[in-house]
Amino acid sequence: MSTNPAAASAAHEIEHDVHTHPGWKTYVVIGAILTVITAVEVAVFYIPAMRPVLTPILLALSAAKFIIVVMFYMHLKFDSRLFSSVFVTPLILAIAVVISLVILFKVTPLYYPQ
Amino acid sequence: MNHAAALPAEEHFETSTGLNTFKLGFWVFLGSETLFFGSLIATYMVYKGASVTPPYPSQILNIPLTSISTFVLLMSSLAMVLALAGVQRGNRAQTLTWLLATAALGSLFLGFQAFEFTEFYHKGLTLQTNLFGSTFFILTGFHGAHVTVGVIWLLMLWVQALRGRLGAERALTVEIAGLYWHFVDIVWIAIFTLIYLLE
Repeated sequence: MSTNPAAASAAHEIEHDVHTHPGWKTYVVIGAILTVITAVEVAVFYIPAMRPVLTPILLALSAAKFIIVVMFYMHLKFDSRLFSSVFVTPLILAIAVVISLVILFKVTPLYYPQ
Repeated sequence: MNHAAALPAEEHFETSTGLNTFKLGFWVFLGSETLFFGSLIATYMVYKGASVTPPYPSQILNIPLTSISTFVLLMSSLAMVLALAGVQRGNRAQTLTWLLATAALGSLFLGFQAFEFTEFYHKGLTLQTNLFGSTFFILTGFHGAHVTVGVIWLLMLWVQALRGRLGAERALTVEIAGLYWHFVDIVWIAIFTLIYLLE
């Protein structure tokens, strides 16, 4: 909301184009989903039979939680794509840095400092 | 999806992008923060398993306790969006309640972290003990510092709301604080999985 009359007027002009934020019921449902995913993460961690697939499952569940929070609680699903761009671009870069360094130092120990 | 009480999320501003520059700038800031925490997580991952002196992560990390603190932080994000919904509707009571709840849950999370750090210290893990200690305390310490800033920010907003200076016309102020709060939440989502759960 803006107190600027010009901005308020412009906002009125594009009244039919504005996106929407979800209501409180959606927020509560999202909160419940996040809680369930966290519980599943911890449960999977303690199940010995899940050990072989623990890493991909935990990464997938964590990514799901991350995306849900960003999309619904941070409203990127409903806001301008420019907001998404300025956030997701460095996020991809950060993930690439993590993966590159892990590969460099862990997967190819040839490069690990002796 | 419940769009029954939907509100405008995006207004048109008199800028070259048509977007609020404060909000856009804040998203750029959050983008830079992903690189900051990405570098700290990368450092932890690179030195994972490289400690030559105990205690090691498997001996010291308390998964049940951290699961509870993770749940607390997730619920604080829920409280934050409910506070935003309250201020957008001009509902002062809802705004006050949920802003205080968010700050309280954030403080509780910090309490869990303080307990964990103290426990680790008594078990012999400090910044200087080994590579695990150095990378763990730096990463989680910086995250805790961010949460602390967020709690202070929320309490300042709560005081403004208490004085009747946080009406619907200032919803963007609360939304920006909410973006910051959710960001520290998603950083913890990554930390909880990569540091605590992945062996």
